[in-house]
Amino acid sequence: MNFSLRYYIEKLRKSWMIISLVIILSLPFLIGISLLFKSWPLLVSTPISEIIFSSNWMPTKGNFGLWPFIFSSIVVSLLGLLIMIPFTLASAIYITQFAPNWISKVLRTVIDILAGIPSVIFGLWGIIVIVPMVSEWATSANSANASGYSILAAGIVVAVTTLPFVLNMLIELFESVPRELKESTLAMGASHWQTIKDVILKKIRPGIIAAFTLGLSKAFGETIAVLMVVGNVVQIPDSIFAAGYPLPALLANNYGEMMSIPKYDSALMLSALMLLIIVILFNYFAHKVIRFYQSKM
Amino acid sequence: MNSRKYLVEKIVKIILLIFTIFIVFVLLSIFYGIFKKGLPALNWEIISQVPKGGYYFGKEGGILNAIVGSLYLAIGASLIALVISIPAAFFIHTYLFSYPKWQKRVRLWLDVLWGIPPIVYGAFAFNFMLFMGWPSSLLAAMITVALLISPVMIRSMDESLQHNSKGLFESALSLGFFKGEIGFKFLFKQSLPGITTAFLLALGKGLGDTASVLFTAGFTDYIPESITEPAATLPLAIFFQLSSPIPEVKERAYAAAIVLTIIILVISILSRVLSKRFSKNRIK
Repeated sequence: MNFSLRYYIEKLRKSWMIISLVIILSLPFLIGISLLFKSWPLLVSTPISEIIFSSNWMPTKGNFGLWPFIFSSIVVSLLGLLIMIPFTLASAIYITQFAPNWISKVLRTVIDILAGIPSVIFGLWGIIVIVPMVSEWATSANSANASGYSILAAGIVVAVTTLPFVLNMLIELFESVPRELKESTLAMGASHWQTIKDVILKKIRPGIIAAFTLGLSKAFGETIAVLMVVGNVVQIPDSIFAAGYPLPALLANNYGEMMSIPKYDSALMLSALMLLIIVILFNYFAHKVIRFYQSKM
Repeated sequence: MNSRKYLVEKIVKIILLIFTIFIVFVLLSIFYGIFKKGLPALNWEIISQVPKGGYYFGKEGGILNAIVGSLYLAIGASLIALVISIPAAFFIHTYLFSYPKWQKRVRLWLDVLWGIPPIVYGAFAFNFMLFMGWPSSLLAAMITVALLISPVMIRSMDESLQHNSKGLFESALSLGFFKGEIGFKFLFKQSLPGITTAFLLALGKGLGDTASVLFTAGFTDYIPESITEPAATLPLAIFFQLSSPIPEVKERAYAAAIVLTIIILVISILSRVLSKRFSKNRIK
């Protein structure tokens, strides 16, 4: 009797566990299917290549060319990556290899705090600090858009929002390098920097690339902070001082009015679907590479 | 030759240090910028009152609706996430114990899930709400944010369990306990520090997330009285007030940003202190 009650409680527990895990694990599929279902009307009426590569964006006339948004997204995230790489790499090396213990602790706290800051605050900081700075540069470069709300400002802000995330992964990677490897290189007479440059960096290079890939896909999905500083003009930006309009910003700005124009919601949901697919692909392969290093620890 | 390689090392060290200091500088510049802009507008009235008539034209009132809305949302979402995450994390460590390959696959997929942008969750939730005919409400936003933070939560509990569960699990199993019992009776105590930090992490994420809430929470000038009502949140309050052309309203956006930053900082300090305290009675 006692045993059977215990048995039923266990059954209940087990199903609770399985159900919750299955809900979470199947989430990407559910999201994908629902977005595909919503974007189907547009996909049926227009060939996909035309939607992606056409720059003709006139929702009221039924023209949904997403290329300006896709292009802005790509440029902003690549620019962000480019700005982020030297900072994350340098400080990851410094924190794990050179810094005295207490400095390393302080720096890790700084990174933790930075990682907790919401993206809307980064966006505010972008408006207060970055946009005026970029505006000055744009004026001295005689650019057509001197407001500062630009691809460059978005790139800088996105670099900062993804920085703590990537930096934490890099620190973990550097710490996964076996101690013996470093010690034997040092014993051969190499300087500390030579060891880092010729041995450690070579050893974890694919891992570093994977970490940056994750950063890139995070930058690709960054919404509010970018939206606040990028200018939101539908165009193919011709310089880094020009305004852009990335995909997540398109989604966030227009969800309110999308029901009033036919197929508008399909176009927006298609852009969400593209974000989802790109991010999942990037993340899947990047995490596979990183796993490989973690398993060797 | 010998002295040259050490000279190079010295120069490199200085360059690395400069880059690193720049990151600290960025953090300080964020705090400095927001406090400088927001402090003049920050007063007791703003954090203790809901918006009154004409608030959005620079008249009286405050952002209490958004502060309370955000706290409700974050706490509710984190609790829902706990209900999903605790059993899921225990499942990985009990029933999947003898299937390391599956453990690995589940972890990989959870990490991939973590990277999905909040705006995509928001779009999905919006679709779902339209499909079911639900209006925007606090509950809808809670569920969306809960789904968004669950993968991180499961992973951080999972990480904290990874260090100690093996011997404990095997000995409890040999005493005749069911796997689920081991999870909820023994692993639960062991993973308390992990659960606490995961909860606080989720709380911070729930407070700060804007993109997923944009579609689901709606916005209101009142403090929500039930979870079926729409709710204002701090990030959205900042976002909306900032787009106002009136300088007084804009200044309040910065004041709201100070409030949000302080709440987030308190949570992050709390999580450090608590995780240290809890980790005392763990079996190593």
